[in-house]
Amino acid sequence: MKSEELPGTIREMYEKQDKKEKKRFLENYKKAVVTPGEAVGTIAAQSIGEPGTQMTLRTFHYAGVAELSVPLGLPRLIEIIDAKRAPKNAIMTIFLEKKYSKDEGYANKLAKKLQERFLCDVCKIDIDVKKRELCVETEDDEAKKILQKFTESEGEDGRFVITEELLSDLKKIKNKLEKKRLEGIKGIKRVFVRELNDEYVLYAEGSNLKGVLNMDGVDKNRATTNDIFQIYETVGIEAARNAIITEAMKVLDEQNLDVDIRHIMLVADQMTVTGTVQAVGRTGISGAKESVLARAAFEETEKHILNAAIYGEVDTLGGVAENIIIGQPIPVGTGTVELAIKPIKAKKSKK
Amino acid sequence: MTIRKKIDRIEFGLFSSKMIQKLSAAKIYTPNTYDEDGYPIEGGLMDPRLGVIDPGIRCKTCGGRLGECQGHFGHVDLTRPIIHVGYAKEVYLLLRATCRVCGRLLIPDDKLKKYDIGHLSIPESSNFWKMAQKISDAEGKCPYCNEPQIKIKFVRPYSYYEGENNLLVTDICERFKKITDEDLRYLGLNVRPEWMILSSIPVLPITTRPSITLESSDRSEDDLTHKLVDILRINQRLEENINSGAPQLIIEDLWDLLQYHVATYFDNGITGIPPARHRSGRPLKTIAQRLKSKEGRFRKNLSGKRVNFSARTVIGPEPNISINEVGVPLLIALELTVPEEVNERNIKDLRKLVLNGSNVHPGAHNVITPIGRKRVMEENKEELAKNLEEGDIVERHLQDGDIVIFNRQPSLHRISMMCHHVKVLPHNTLRLNTSVCAPYNADFDGDEMNLHVPQSEEAIAEADILMKVQECIISPRFGRPIIGGRHDHVTGMHILTKDRTEFTRGEALNLTGGIVKISKGKKKITGKEIFSELLPTDLTLSYEGKFGKVSIENGKLVSGVIDSEGMSGELLKELFIRYGSDVAREFIDSSTRIAIRAIMEHGFSTGIDELDLPEGGLKKIEKITEDAKANVDNLIKLYQKGEFEVIPGKSLEESLEDYTMAELGKARTMAGKTAEECAGDNSAVIMARTGARGNLLNLTQMAGMVGQQAVRGKRIKRGYNSRTLSHFMKGDVSAEANGFVATNFKKGLRPIEYFFHAMGGRESLVDTAIRTARSGYMQRRLINALQDLEVYPDRTVRGDSGIIVQFEYGEDGIDPMKKCYLEQKSR
Repeated sequence: MKSEELPGTIREMYEKQDKKEKKRFLENYKKAVVTPGEAVGTIAAQSIGEPGTQMTLRTFHYAGVAELSVPLGLPRLIEIIDAKRAPKNAIMTIFLEKKYSKDEGYANKLAKKLQERFLCDVCKIDIDVKKRELCVETEDDEAKKILQKFTESEGEDGRFVITEELLSDLKKIKNKLEKKRLEGIKGIKRVFVRELNDEYVLYAEGSNLKGVLNMDGVDKNRATTNDIFQIYETVGIEAARNAIITEAMKVLDEQNLDVDIRHIMLVADQMTVTGTVQAVGRTGISGAKESVLARAAFEETEKHILNAAIYGEVDTLGGVAENIIIGQPIPVGTGTVELAIKPIKAKKSKK
Repeated sequence: MTIRKKIDRIEFGLFSSKMIQKLSAAKIYTPNTYDEDGYPIEGGLMDPRLGVIDPGIRCKTCGGRLGECQGHFGHVDLTRPIIHVGYAKEVYLLLRATCRVCGRLLIPDDKLKKYDIGHLSIPESSNFWKMAQKISDAEGKCPYCNEPQIKIKFVRPYSYYEGENNLLVTDICERFKKITDEDLRYLGLNVRPEWMILSSIPVLPITTRPSITLESSDRSEDDLTHKLVDILRINQRLEENINSGAPQLIIEDLWDLLQYHVATYFDNGITGIPPARHRSGRPLKTIAQRLKSKEGRFRKNLSGKRVNFSARTVIGPEPNISINEVGVPLLIALELTVPEEVNERNIKDLRKLVLNGSNVHPGAHNVITPIGRKRVMEENKEELAKNLEEGDIVERHLQDGDIVIFNRQPSLHRISMMCHHVKVLPHNTLRLNTSVCAPYNADFDGDEMNLHVPQSEEAIAEADILMKVQECIISPRFGRPIIGGRHDHVTGMHILTKDRTEFTRGEALNLTGGIVKISKGKKKITGKEIFSELLPTDLTLSYEGKFGKVSIENGKLVSGVIDSEGMSGELLKELFIRYGSDVAREFIDSSTRIAIRAIMEHGFSTGIDELDLPEGGLKKIEKITEDAKANVDNLIKLYQKGEFEVIPGKSLEESLEDYTMAELGKARTMAGKTAEECAGDNSAVIMARTGARGNLLNLTQMAGMVGQQAVRGKRIKRGYNSRTLSHFMKGDVSAEANGFVATNFKKGLRPIEYFFHAMGGRESLVDTAIRTARSGYMQRRLINALQDLEVYPDRTVRGDSGIIVQFEYGEDGIDPMKKCYLEQKSR
């Protein structure tokens, strides 16, 4: 093997070696290379699944901030693999641009700007059932501005009254008012400022990557979230793949389980190979398989067989599950190779 | 080797009613199955033309005997057509997508022509469905015949209404017949839609629904036969009623009943209709139930199959066999066989085996000659042995050295199945070396394991080369050893290699006899020297052990003590990658044996007195407990006064909880440290420190304090109204009222503490039960999603459809199992 053919990271290591060591390094690399035919998928799945039995179920970890709890352990791992659209406890880590990163005041200001504030946080909203009135009391100027759009009857001390014939209408208005956001970014519930490695970092409960990236002062290269789907939607599939790897590794590392990163990479790559994030399971990868038999053997047996019949599907028996079902050697590992000699020719040479 | 035919592909499709009739060997028309004499009736469900299930009878269709004839399909002609339940929804969608009069697809011609009918993708087809349904849902007009459409309503599971009118199945059938083949292709359908409506149903061969004869010589029929009887009975009644000119209402009722029976014949789990039941009240297992879910045909019989040439029994430990071996009980070895082809070299031996017969251990069960297979029996064994020829195959008993695959469930990773060499031993358990317990996750509290004997040369070679225990020392999960000495092996080696251990020559020979040779001449031999004999002479290595640096120079242990890092860690890994699997196996085999001798020679036991702490230590721990309680009380006082620093984002109570938890956690750590300091160098501490067994937390809980008990990650809060037990005041937030256990296991827990500890213990039990189920399903999904991935010769990773998942496996092409090769530094 020539040094030019080495994959990137290995080549870097190769260049760093002493001249004497280079030859030996290449030899060692050759020994370490994966064997063609190796069923790496199964090994990866087993390497992630097997430690699953050793994981604790309910653990929370505090990611640098005591106030924020991040779910880890088996439930979080399942969440990642399921490609859930909204994780249970979304958390963002927001770094600041270099010029602001040491400025605590700026960080606090930004934190306040990010955090959601609703009308109901600054107002007292009451419904008077008898008078068919909705009373809102507030001292907040911004809230007042919004309320002025709803009603003209502004009383003293910031008291607004909305009257409506029907009680249900009043309730509708109340709901609408409560959801009015005064400032902040949708989905960001709370923000904390913490010092990390000599700079100020914002941790946010709730996640909205798109919104945060649009804010000034945020380091767009480093701001991140643990919501993989948001990463996919805002930054793209490659970023989502990396997010799956880092998130899964975080879970395993926290539990002190040693799993090689290559296994997780393979899972992440398989989940993202179509260009969208697919779940591991019947709604994702397994449901999209080509083989009817493989799908039927996994889950929802009748559905797959019935549909295969009317759409005239053909199973070309390319995978493992199908071949086990019909009792043929599976096409991975030693099953990939076939004998190159033609038996007829061998006979002739005998004569 | 015979050349086998290979299945290239499987095509799926539907049968038309005509096809069903054509395939049928017998028309079934009577619901009666047997006549008075107990013989099957022609035209009944056990019609002899459908196959044989009784020995000795020949099939009326093909003439085959039981086992030769696979059975033949029959058919039932239904008086009125019936919707196939599996396609009820498709029928509805198709009714909506086509014109009620002319049967054309409700999409204007110009829109259709834009697409090439030969190359439609799946999303394009599903788009046609949606487009066509828009017109009929809006009650618009057909673009071809200009007929106004009426909205179709579908009532699960199989009724259709057009506006207010009930759509009869016969009408639906008529409509479907009008749909052109071209239109169907736009929708992606590959079958005639009228085939989704059944006017005949196939009757499964009796071999697939055999009746069983009970002890009382009563016949008990299969569930499917029962269901077919129901169908036939209603079918007959419906026909009689139609012929006798019964009112339409009665006919429709019967028709509906027939529909119900046919529907439950296919699937007895449809929501919305009651499942058909057996006389005893048990729901019938019909076709869908046979295939579906974990106990169904697919998962129970097709994805996993029962195998021959296997054994299973309780396992036991045997430290004197190699890790590569497995002790097989004689009884099992007498039963399992290996086929061996006769050649000029082994003919003598095989003759002897045949002469031994099948009941004496190195014997044989069968001889397979070109003529056929013959059982070795007392009467014919001499003749068989004499006539043995080259090319014959002898199925001989399992013998020492044979290759078998050994497995323990749950098979979570590939090292749950490894290949061993057979060692036939007396007694009734399968024996394995204790060092291979780790990959199997086995212990000897009653565990059972399975043994499989590969039957072909290819399989034997493959198992031997790829699956042998010594090849699996390095785990593919993290690239470090998973097999190696542990527990007593580690303790023993620690005792042996400690500084200043010296043995006389006689003692040393006692330790090493039969395992390694020790050099002559010396009178005193140190433990390190004995250990060095296990190492290759050119090994130079130093690594960080648990007791500081361990250095080995030219195969001599110069300094350091051997711990778990040496027995199943760094040292073993180095041996494996530098010298190969044989040397590594040899090291494990001999080092564990020496270690066991060393620990026996030295004597090693642990007991309750190990936990006796000196007076000073006990006082210290008591003080720690007192202090912790006082600190918590202080916190509570502050909290009550309101002079309390609240953690931002948390409530006052939550903050108090966090502070107390931290305080009590600190107390336990300190108690543990004190206990460890006081305990000194006793057996329990040695085991914990060397990594043999146990950890500091275990020691802490036994000698120091058990510490805070938790439920759901918090202090214990549940129980009575705003208190845990009636012994406390309401709202008591102190340490002892919320699950803090200040005593230790040795001293014994107070009743209240015991109760809290049980609460915590119960949670962890529930947790374990749930976790196994959850992680098991996760693993099943992962395996299913990834099993087709394989490394190609160009080192790309591809799936079964050829899609490239990775261009370079793991971005650097390195096998995690072999990654230590790259880390290897020069010697």
